[in-house]
Amino acid sequence: MGFSSTTNSSERDALVERALEAAPFGALAHLDFPAASAYPPVEVYDPQVEEVSMEAMEHMGQGLIDAVRAAWPQVLCEGRVSRSLVRMELLNSRGCQASYRKATFNIHIEGVLIEDTDMLFVSESQSSCHPIADITLLKESVLLQLERASRIAKVPTRTMPVVFTPHGLAGVLLGPLLSGLNGKMVLRGTSPLAGRLGERVADERISLWDDPTQPFVPGSRICDDEGVPSRVTPLLKDGVAANFLYDLQTAAQAGALTTASAERSLGSLPSPAPGVLYFAPGDASWEDMLSDMGEGLVVERLLGAGQGNTLGGDFNANVLLGYYVEKGRVVGRAKDVMVSGNVYQVLNTIAGVGKETHWVWGFLNAPHLYCSGVAVAAKR
Amino acid sequence: MRDLIQSAIKGHNADYVEVRLEEGRSTHIRYSGKELEDIGSSTSLGGSARAAVGGGWGFVCFNDLTGLREKVSLAVRQARMVGGERIHLAPVEPRVDLVPPHLKKDPALVPLGEKKALLDEYNRIMWGVAGIQSSSIIYGDSSRKVYFATSEGTYIEQEKVDVATYLSAMARDGAEIQQAGLSLGSNGDFSFVESLHQEARDVADKAVKLLKAPPVKGGEYTVVLDPVLAGVFIHEAFGHLSEADHVYENDRLREIMVLGRSFGGPHLNVVDGAAIPGLRGSYRYDDEGVPSTRTYLIKEGTLVGRLHSRETAARMGEPPSGNARAISHRFPPIVRMTNTFIEAGETSFDDLISDIKEGVYVCNWHGGMTSFEMFTFSGGETYMIRNGKIAEMLRPVMLSGNLFTTLHNLEAVGNDLDMNQGGGCGKGGQSPLPVSNGSPHIRISKCLVGGT
Repeated sequence: MGFSSTTNSSERDALVERALEAAPFGALAHLDFPAASAYPPVEVYDPQVEEVSMEAMEHMGQGLIDAVRAAWPQVLCEGRVSRSLVRMELLNSRGCQASYRKATFNIHIEGVLIEDTDMLFVSESQSSCHPIADITLLKESVLLQLERASRIAKVPTRTMPVVFTPHGLAGVLLGPLLSGLNGKMVLRGTSPLAGRLGERVADERISLWDDPTQPFVPGSRICDDEGVPSRVTPLLKDGVAANFLYDLQTAAQAGALTTASAERSLGSLPSPAPGVLYFAPGDASWEDMLSDMGEGLVVERLLGAGQGNTLGGDFNANVLLGYYVEKGRVVGRAKDVMVSGNVYQVLNTIAGVGKETHWVWGFLNAPHLYCSGVAVAAKR
Repeated sequence: MRDLIQSAIKGHNADYVEVRLEEGRSTHIRYSGKELEDIGSSTSLGGSARAAVGGGWGFVCFNDLTGLREKVSLAVRQARMVGGERIHLAPVEPRVDLVPPHLKKDPALVPLGEKKALLDEYNRIMWGVAGIQSSSIIYGDSSRKVYFATSEGTYIEQEKVDVATYLSAMARDGAEIQQAGLSLGSNGDFSFVESLHQEARDVADKAVKLLKAPPVKGGEYTVVLDPVLAGVFIHEAFGHLSEADHVYENDRLREIMVLGRSFGGPHLNVVDGAAIPGLRGSYRYDDEGVPSTRTYLIKEGTLVGRLHSRETAARMGEPPSGNARAISHRFPPIVRMTNTFIEAGETSFDDLISDIKEGVYVCNWHGGMTSFEMFTFSGGETYMIRNGKIAEMLRPVMLSGNLFTTLHNLEAVGNDLDMNQGGGCGKGGQSPLPVSNGSPHIRISKCLVGGT
């Protein structure tokens, strides 16, 4: 198998020649390219997204910044409003022909509050396949973060209960977990879940599945980046490992079937990756989790997660935004604090799962996860 | 090319217009485990136009060079939509120059089969170490030729060749999985790729040894960093904050980062500069056509300089430093580091550790990040220091700290400066940008070390 790419449209013939030239040196092609197939109807194009004017986007961004600064005038804000249109065309020599259009609309706001050398960072974002008209949710989330972090709490160094918000979960737990569920890691034997399909690997309240077929979700699509039709793939079912994520080549090497999880950019070969991830909600409210923990930490944003030995499921990160809880209430911001642990240990010591789910970056829908004990190191 | 660009930028109703066209080619070889996974080559062609009108910038990128003039016009129209304070650019002498690549051994002249044969050898060496579960090798070389012209009369053609190699080994014992890695690179010289036999063996050995190593007990320690990790530390902890685009529009940050502020002891000197020749972050002109410099950021513990684009230099009334860089034609130039390092001091390694009763010695790196005040960076190889001696090996650790206190806690600087050419830097979605960083061994007291 040889590979080549170009952004130079006059090089079409040279492109194929270069791929053929590299092929004799390359990996054995275990896969067959997919033939023509029927695709599920997955709507991700709303023409109204393209019709939003640049002036309206500017107005919306400024409105969001003004709303935050009306309550917190000292906060410096940066807002980003963007819309994007993607057209994907995929053809191969076996007759596969896939094509779709996707339009997305995104708003992101970041605020920083500086006092002397202390810096507090808050942020929120929202993505949709429809134009976003209402900025209330974004505004309220940023204001809530500022309020909860308005004073710095004293955090002890010890193992304590931790609530990971959906952003916290995405920031620190998801990376090592997806590494373990990646068919390529399983094939190489560097996943702790290798050989454990059908076994309990997490608390029975944990269910996770990949579903890129829901309409108007930014991560949805009719097919993966090899032209294989999208489908729903359970990954953890009531805590039991159900499937690993595969593209065609990895699946063929592993003697498995593709899960339509091929992801590639223009300049790279496909590799397994999830489409849109959903964690099942539980039955705990925010108040339930906080009052149950008594004293502990809420982890919202992280700095430097994913730098350590993620293969084994370990995580280790500075808490960029987090709150310390005493007597069941947020008492302030946790600063100069690190959390460390192992994702499988966290998923096996679940003390509660939030009853509401939230979208993170348009491709993860998750509740709060409440874990009974995570190592926390704080600066004295 | 010159005529094409220069006719496209003439006669627009704008304060400033520039066009950058790029031709690129690259080769990559990637192994996953025993198998070669991906081999091939790619080319790219594209460009961008940037315009300033009043208080706004407009930016357009494209991969089709037809209708170049209309693309410049679109950037001008966009710029006009943005309000705000009028943009000033620090003056630079218009230049016309052709800069050939800095080449020692051109990777383009090494046949693909020869590159593969070398990497095959390294992979075999890693797999020859008992206990290895998997390996990974990522090799890439690329050349980027930029044609750049401005409405002020600058026209520069500049070419750069970059080579990067990453080796890593994974070891497994039951559910325990550990890995070790090594990242190397060069500006226009393939020859370092030819002699990595010992390095490949060491990487595999380390991964296996880590399986038996205990994790560190989290908390505050006196830490000693090797030149590789100390280079990452100065890049993350301080370098990003000296990038003036973060500072100029933020009054509070301007107060914090005021020139003359004390950041550390008199033994601390920090430099950034693309004018230092032959390193991965070296070049003659930045992506705004500004000649590269060598800039002291910290001199004898005092903040004395920072990194600028033409806009930030004008805004802050400081000289332009030639640090505006774009990773490709798809992005506008932003303020970036080049070759960043702590200058050598006088302390020997033995003296650095001799009076540490219980501390941590951290070498090599996995990565690093900063939020300005807070930073994290992680080491690849860690040992306890007990009673002035290097003691048992530990699992990889993550160090975290607060810039403003940590640099003051930098107690001693070694005499063994070494530049690290591996890895790359990310900012504003532009990653990985070729940079280098370096340092001698350094000692930091009261550093927060994460562990389980």
